[in-house]
Amino acid sequence: MTDRHRGEARFEALLAAEEKVEPPDWMPDGYRKTLIRQIAQHAHSEVIGMQPEANWISRAPTLKRKAILMAKVQDEAGHGLYLYSAAETLGITRDEMMRLLHEGKHKYSSIFNYPTLSWADIGCIGWLVDGAAITNQVMLTRCSYGPYARGMVRICKEESFHQRQGFEIMATLSRGTPAQRQMAQDGLDRWWWPSLMMFGPHDSASTHSRQSMEWKIKRVSNDDLRQQFVDMTVPQAEYLGLAIPDPDLRWNAERGHYDFGEIDWDEFWAVVKGNGPMNRERIAHKRAAWEDGAWVREAAAAYAARRRDAVA
Amino acid sequence: MAVTETSGLLTENPSAPRDSALFRYVLYQADDNLVLAQRMSAWISRAHDLEEDIALANIALDLLGRARMLLEYAGKLEGKCRTEDELAMFRSEREYTNLLLVEQPNGDFAYTMVRQFFFDAYQLGLWKALADSKDTTLAAIAGKALKEARYHLRHSSGWLVRLGDGTRESHRRTRQAVEELWRFVPEMFESEETCDRLAEAEVAVSPSQLRPAWIRRVRDTFSSAGLQIPGDRFSRSGGRSGFHTEHLGYLLAEMQWMQRSYPGMQW
Repeated sequence: MTDRHRGEARFEALLAAEEKVEPPDWMPDGYRKTLIRQIAQHAHSEVIGMQPEANWISRAPTLKRKAILMAKVQDEAGHGLYLYSAAETLGITRDEMMRLLHEGKHKYSSIFNYPTLSWADIGCIGWLVDGAAITNQVMLTRCSYGPYARGMVRICKEESFHQRQGFEIMATLSRGTPAQRQMAQDGLDRWWWPSLMMFGPHDSASTHSRQSMEWKIKRVSNDDLRQQFVDMTVPQAEYLGLAIPDPDLRWNAERGHYDFGEIDWDEFWAVVKGNGPMNRERIAHKRAAWEDGAWVREAAAAYAARRRDAVA
Repeated sequence: MAVTETSGLLTENPSAPRDSALFRYVLYQADDNLVLAQRMSAWISRAHDLEEDIALANIALDLLGRARMLLEYAGKLEGKCRTEDELAMFRSEREYTNLLLVEQPNGDFAYTMVRQFFFDAYQLGLWKALADSKDTTLAAIAGKALKEARYHLRHSSGWLVRLGDGTRESHRRTRQAVEELWRFVPEMFESEETCDRLAEAEVAVSPSQLRPAWIRRVRDTFSSAGLQIPGDRFSRSGGRSGFHTEHLGYLLAEMQWMQRSYPGMQW
C-alpha cells in the first residue's frame, strides 16, 4: 500500500467515524481547495462585513449603542483573524488571500453589498444577517475539518450575542414612535430577501453542495437551512409587529413549516457577479485601507528587521 | 497665543458650591475622551491590518467607556438630571470643553499615532495624580483609567518608535505630524482657574504639574524614535472655554445627528 493509499484510507475512516481531519493529515486536493475557498470566503465576509456596520459608528444614537456597535465590529475583525488562521493551516497565506480578495478572485457574502441607510439597518444586520449566519455556522461546528469546526464554536457564541443585540434594537424601534416603527419596517423590507439569499442557490443549482456534503464540510442543504431560518424568524417578526415583505408567506400545517415566495434569482446572481448596490464601494474601501497602510507595514517590517539584526 | 473666551453657557459662578467647579472639571476630562473616541472609532475597518483594526477599536472603546463614566458623574454633579447622552448630544461646539489636540482630524496613521501618543502620555500622568483625589468617585474612575492609559501609551509609543525608526517615508510622516501637532501641546498644561482651585483642595491636579513628567516621557520615546522636539513656540489654546478649531463642529454634527433629528426618543 502506498503512502497515498494509506492516507486516503485514513481520511475516509476519519470521515466515517465522525472524527476531525487535522492539518498534518493527508487529504484530497479537492477537499483542501474547497476548504481554502470556503474558509477564505468566510473570513473575507467577516472583514468586508465590518464596513456596513462601521458606517453607523459615528452616528449611533446613544453612547451605549455606539459602544456596543464598536465592540461588535471589533468582534468581526477577530472572527476574520481566526478564520484566516484556520485557512492558513491548509497552506495559503493571509497576504495571498487578501490579494485574491482585492483582485475580485475571492468572493465574500453578497449580503454586505447592500447599503446601511438608517439606524434600523444596524438592527436588521444583527437580527437577520447574523441570524442567518448562525443558522449556517451552527452546522459548521460539526464540519469535518478540525480547525474550522473549532473556530466556529467560538464564533457562534459571539454571533448569538450579536443577534440578540440586533433583535433588541428592532424591539426598541418597534415599541417606539411612528417614525421609529417606520424605520424598522423599512429596514426589514430591504434586508429580508437578501438575508434569504445568504443560504445560496437552490440545492438543485448549487455546484459545490453535493461533494461538500460527502466530505462532511457541509451537513445540511441550502434549502433546508433557509427553511430553518424562515421558521425561526417569522414568529420573531410577528412579535415585533413588523410585516415580512412576502405575500406568499404562510404557515403550512401539513409540512409543519412556513411556505414562502421565490427569491429574485436575477438579483442574486447580479450581486454575486459584482453588480450589487455596493460591490464596488466595498472592494474600493478595502483596497484603499490596504494600499494606504502599505507604508506602515513597510515601516514595521523594516524596524523589526533592524531589531533582529541588532540582536543577532 | 492664549485665547480665553467663554461661551457664557458654562461659565462658573464664583460663589457656586464646589460641585459646580468639579462639574466643569469632570466635563473637561469627559469631553477629551469622548471627542478622541469619536475620532479613533473612525479608523475601524481602515487600519493597515486586522490586528491594528482591533487595537484601534479597543482604544476607542476604552476612551468611550471612560467618557461615559465621566459624563454620568458630571450629570450628577450638575444636579439638573442631565444624562450622559443629553450632555454628549445636546451641547454645541461652544459648550464643549475638550482640548484642541483631540479634535484634530485623523490624517494619516502617523498623525493619528502622534496625536494619541501626546494624549496618552498626558493621560497617564493625569490619572496617576487623580487616583489620589480627595473626591472618591474621581479617584475610582482614575484607578480604572490608569490601567488602560498604561496600555495605550505602550501601544502609541511603540508605534512612534517603529514609525520614527522605520523607513525614510515613515520617519518623514511622523516628523511632520509632530511638527503640526506641537502647537496644541501647551494647552494640556495651561493654568486654568477651575483646575487650579480644585487642585488646592486636592481634588484635582494643576495641569502645569503634569508637564515635567510628560516632557520626560516624550523625550525618552523621541530619542528611541530618532525624533526631535520642535522649536516652534507658537501655541493655540481655548478648548476649555469653548474656543475650538473649525474641525469640532463637523465631528459633533455627525455624532449628534440622530438625537437632534429625532429628539426625545428611546433607542
